[in-house]
Amino acid sequence: MHRVLGDRRAIALLLGPALLVYSLIMLVPMVWSLGYSFTKGNTINGFTGNGVANFSRLLDDPAVHDALWFTLKYAVVVTAGQVAAGYLLALLYVFFLKRASALVRTLVFFPVVLPTVAVGLLFQKFFQVAPQTGPVNSLLNAVGIDSIDFFGSAGSAFWVLIAMDIWRSMGFYAVLLFAGLVDIPDEVLESARLDGATGLRLVRHIVLPLSLPVLMSSLIFSINGTLKVFDSIVALTNGGPGTGTTPLTLYMFQTSFTYSDYGYGSTIALLLTVVCLLVSLVVYRVSRRDLTEG
Amino acid sequence: MPLRTSRARRARLSLLTAGTASFALLATACGGSGAGGSSSAPENFDYLSVTENTTVKTALTTMSKDACKAANDALPLKVETVPQASLDQKLQLLAGQDALPVQFAAGNAPALTQELAKSGKVADLEAKLKELGVLDQLEPAAVSTIKALYGGKLQVLPYEYNIEGIFYNKKVFADNGVKVPGTWAELVSAAAKLEAKGVQPFSASGQQGWPLTRLISGYLYRSLGPDALQKVADGKAKLTDPEYVKAAEEVAALGEKGYFGKGVGSIDYDTAMNQFLTGKAAMFYMGSWALANISDDEQNKIGAENTGFMPFPAVTGGKGSVDQYPSNVGLGITFASKSFDKKTGDWVSCIAKHYGSTALKDHGSISGFKVNTEVRDANAVTTQVRDTISASKQNVLWFEALFSTKATTVSQQNAAGLVSGSTSPEQFMQTVQDALAAQ
Repeated sequence: MHRVLGDRRAIALLLGPALLVYSLIMLVPMVWSLGYSFTKGNTINGFTGNGVANFSRLLDDPAVHDALWFTLKYAVVVTAGQVAAGYLLALLYVFFLKRASALVRTLVFFPVVLPTVAVGLLFQKFFQVAPQTGPVNSLLNAVGIDSIDFFGSAGSAFWVLIAMDIWRSMGFYAVLLFAGLVDIPDEVLESARLDGATGLRLVRHIVLPLSLPVLMSSLIFSINGTLKVFDSIVALTNGGPGTGTTPLTLYMFQTSFTYSDYGYGSTIALLLTVVCLLVSLVVYRVSRRDLTEG
Repeated sequence: MPLRTSRARRARLSLLTAGTASFALLATACGGSGAGGSSSAPENFDYLSVTENTTVKTALTTMSKDACKAANDALPLKVETVPQASLDQKLQLLAGQDALPVQFAAGNAPALTQELAKSGKVADLEAKLKELGVLDQLEPAAVSTIKALYGGKLQVLPYEYNIEGIFYNKKVFADNGVKVPGTWAELVSAAAKLEAKGVQPFSASGQQGWPLTRLISGYLYRSLGPDALQKVADGKAKLTDPEYVKAAEEVAALGEKGYFGKGVGSIDYDTAMNQFLTGKAAMFYMGSWALANISDDEQNKIGAENTGFMPFPAVTGGKGSVDQYPSNVGLGITFASKSFDKKTGDWVSCIAKHYGSTALKDHGSISGFKVNTEVRDANAVTTQVRDTISASKQNVLWFEALFSTKATTVSQQNAAGLVSGSTSPEQFMQTVQDALAAQ
């Protein structure tokens, strides 16, 4: 084995196919897309150079500002919600339900395996006001509150979206964090209890610091996933009402493929890449410092 | 030692095979669909359509076995469909590869068809039809609508010819003492009267958006005259001009009073249609293609005899007149320039001569082709619409007809917000105007 891995040609042969495939389907399109952001035109009439016009348009475009703001707002709220709900569930599994948690874990995990489009339709029906009054509005009516058109304004549509995405993914984060929590040695918890730490104090001073690494991983997962959100929004609101719930990804998709403005679409994609990169860098920095200190 | 070398060789060999295999896979994957753009003589009468439109597809299939059998034997009809939402994207890719089919749905907005035509990919249908001697098989009104839409050129065939107006429930009108409104003010007061009696005045799909923006353009054509939106397209007027914003205000006011019912933004096309046909709403702005649903007793619970059709009402003191109906040719269907040979020509002449009667007889669908075999109308409202079409002298377009794809999407996406009150009329017109200017 050593002999094979010591041989450069063997390494090249082993790495070659994978590297080739990766380059062809990941790197080449990325560089290509970067190239497109300096052009205008479409596949019918061909592409012509456009200098940095797309970039200056990006700076002035109010739709991009709205979409970027929405993306960030969405990512922060959903990440916080997903991880917090997941963490609470994990604590529930470990300290309250203990060995009986298997059933609850499975039930809470169930939405994760459902197709996003199905979940989107489910929530649409759940919160709808017309043509039939959905369960949520029926409930409101029952307690004497008028029906609310949840998808009629960007504000309420945003919260339905948040509720849906948290419900859909908290099971995943609960399982992830559960794995981190069961790793905490029983002796540590035992001795903390002997020292008089119970309830919130135990969580705050013992459980939280010891599960920080896995919490950080969850945050990184979550923030990167939510910055690139696409399917759940398309399924639930399709960016509406108007452009009230349009994130950068959807705006990029519409610009490129609906308005066939590939150049500007690529520029928006570049902006999204930069945002993801920056956020990942920040999260990595923070998490690494904490880990060395802890 | 010999053992090891042979093993190493075998390992290397298998690695090489794996490498070559993955290469081969990539090469074939990159090879594309094999649609092949080089040969110009088509082997089939390929027709790319949208999944949502079944009429043209079915009628052509019927004709291929019947009236157009000879043409079909020489060049067999082959239909492929894509969802309407991905049509534009598909066309752009096919055009980029120079692999457009013989006949195809020409895009969701005339802007795309014109772009294809500009790069020489669309056949010059006027010249071709003249050559084939069948230009007279097209209704003049349909030809003028197409020319108004496609920059003065006949770029698509009128497989459909629709006029638009307001369908109303005669019984509900009579029961509530409402007369057919002739002016916008009368329409508003009729709606108020119906609402007061607990009847939802209008049904409209806010999810689609266009049934709402049609009301804006309807008002604009009546108040400012038939060239109202051409002026916007030419840059001589802006949607943000006060006389244009007024139209959006009028439509928003209908929404504010709740005349479209609850949650108009969540109402899809079928639901809106269903609300009207089951008597839950009194009026329904729609095109004459809805006659297919209206004539269907399964769907139409109020009965075709109870369904009336009126033109968009006049605006008092306005420059337009009620006999200028908004008209369209449905989804434009056109031909690729490079595959238009004699066999395709045979198909086209056969379509021109027989499509009109086939579509009307089998589907109750009115086309812009002459009806050469007498067909009896299913009901009075169909006759009324057909008579209106043949009597109409000047037609108008719709709100987004001359817009870019982007402005079209923006307008239709924001329409529900306009009537639900989350977007003000000024904001709405400003957003659409900005999208127009962004081109």
